[in-house]
Amino acid sequence: MRAIYILCARQLKRYVRSPARIVGSLGQPIVFLLALGFGLGATFAKAGAGNYFNFVTPGIVAMGIMFTAVFSGIEIIWDRQFGFLKETLVAPVSRLEIVLGRVLGGAIVAMIQGCAVFIVCLIFGFRLEHWAMLPVALVFMFLISLLFTSIGTAIGSVLQDMQGFPLVMNFLVMPLFFFSDALFPMNGLPKALSAALHLNPVTYGVDGLRGALGHAFAFNIATDLGVLVVLSAILLSIGSYLFSKIQL
Amino acid sequence: MSDMIVVQDLVKNYGDFCAVNHISFTVTAGKIFGFLGPNGAGKTTTIKMLTTVLEPTSGKILVNGHDPTRDQKQVRRSFGIVFQDPSLDDELTAAENMDLHGALYAVPKSERVKRTQELLELVGLFDRRNDFVKQYSGGMKRRLEVARALLHRPKVLFLDEPTIGLDPQTRNHIWGYINLLSKEHSVTVFFTTHYMEEADRVADDVAVIDHGKIVAEGTPASLKESTKCATLEDAFIALTGHAIRDEEASATDRMRMMGRAWRGSGRR
Repeated sequence: MRAIYILCARQLKRYVRSPARIVGSLGQPIVFLLALGFGLGATFAKAGAGNYFNFVTPGIVAMGIMFTAVFSGIEIIWDRQFGFLKETLVAPVSRLEIVLGRVLGGAIVAMIQGCAVFIVCLIFGFRLEHWAMLPVALVFMFLISLLFTSIGTAIGSVLQDMQGFPLVMNFLVMPLFFFSDALFPMNGLPKALSAALHLNPVTYGVDGLRGALGHAFAFNIATDLGVLVVLSAILLSIGSYLFSKIQL
Repeated sequence: MSDMIVVQDLVKNYGDFCAVNHISFTVTAGKIFGFLGPNGAGKTTTIKMLTTVLEPTSGKILVNGHDPTRDQKQVRRSFGIVFQDPSLDDELTAAENMDLHGALYAVPKSERVKRTQELLELVGLFDRRNDFVKQYSGGMKRRLEVARALLHRPKVLFLDEPTIGLDPQTRNHIWGYINLLSKEHSVTVFFTTHYMEEADRVADDVAVIDHGKIVAEGTPASLKESTKCATLEDAFIALTGHAIRDEEASATDRMRMMGRAWRGSGRR
């Protein structure tokens, strides 16, 4: 337990100490929020679908979380490169403790980043219907963080160097974000796209977040929670397994 | 005297390539043991197997009486290590690096604070304990790593080329601490180096490894005598030949280059 705590605390310390990273990570979501949120608002309203800015906010929050979380997980590669990974691997603690500490730390960092994005959305005009539902939203934010930190950890355990990083971002994280319900509603889509959305865990995460933040659920809260919990558990197991196989 | 490290018939193959080829040696408790060899001879591979981070293909190892493939935790508690490459967290301070190490090794908090002060004073970094490691020079980092490796009071200290790239002052300091530890705290020391003159000065016993095989072992004096050479460096050349060895750049080396470029741009 001590090892999990200390490694988790290390991630948080590193995050808090690099304001450049915090601000830098806000850039992309803010651009999406402003360009799409205000750009598509009129068309969306004309189609009778309501306030697009309010609709897209949960998607943008999820985006901020996904990118930070995958990067937190993939940081294993940096630690391998700068050597700190060795220090943990020769310590008398199990690999499982190390990986749990890392994933938990990474997930908390991603969640804080998600909260930062959410605050930006509030500043630019997002209206939260029921403040009492905020804890539910936080649960969904944490689950998305956990899922994507686990994915990043699994990938970071396998990749030897950072060369594969753009591959991961462009062929995994970007498609997962765009082929979800983050930017557009689920109804009236072509069959193939609709199928892709249903297979994408991000869809359930965004739906849960959207529901908690005052919109209607496309699925329901139990389905959203269930999918995220089960997938997070599976990916955390895969990540732990791959991490345990690292040899120096 | 008991044996701190026992290696019998140890083999490590990477596919067809045999990095370590049936080596055997023992390191007596309390002694300073120099493990010498040209680049790519199998030194680091051997250290990795001794320190539980690499599985041997075959053979038997005992470190402080424990088998690194089976009793990993006991072995890990028994040794401290200074790797060839730095293994500090640059974004933390020296004191935080020490504290993190102590926590990983289950050293109680009050004891951690006390030993951190003692050890940082020993290596002359106590005044800089609250500075970030990224502000440290190469020599300071190495001294910090030596201090950190001792925090959990290991029985044996592994040093993989501890003085590479350091100025003579720092090298002398580091060997000074190591001598002190060995003589006053009876820590067994296992080190590798390319500086034969250093090995000659500090090692009680040495073994020379080349192409994965041990080609000579004994005291520095006995090696010089058997090869009829005046210095250990000449004895080393006599044993391992004049050919220059090329070592493949590891993925880590390549990535370190990339890392500099990437980090600079502040990419997430």
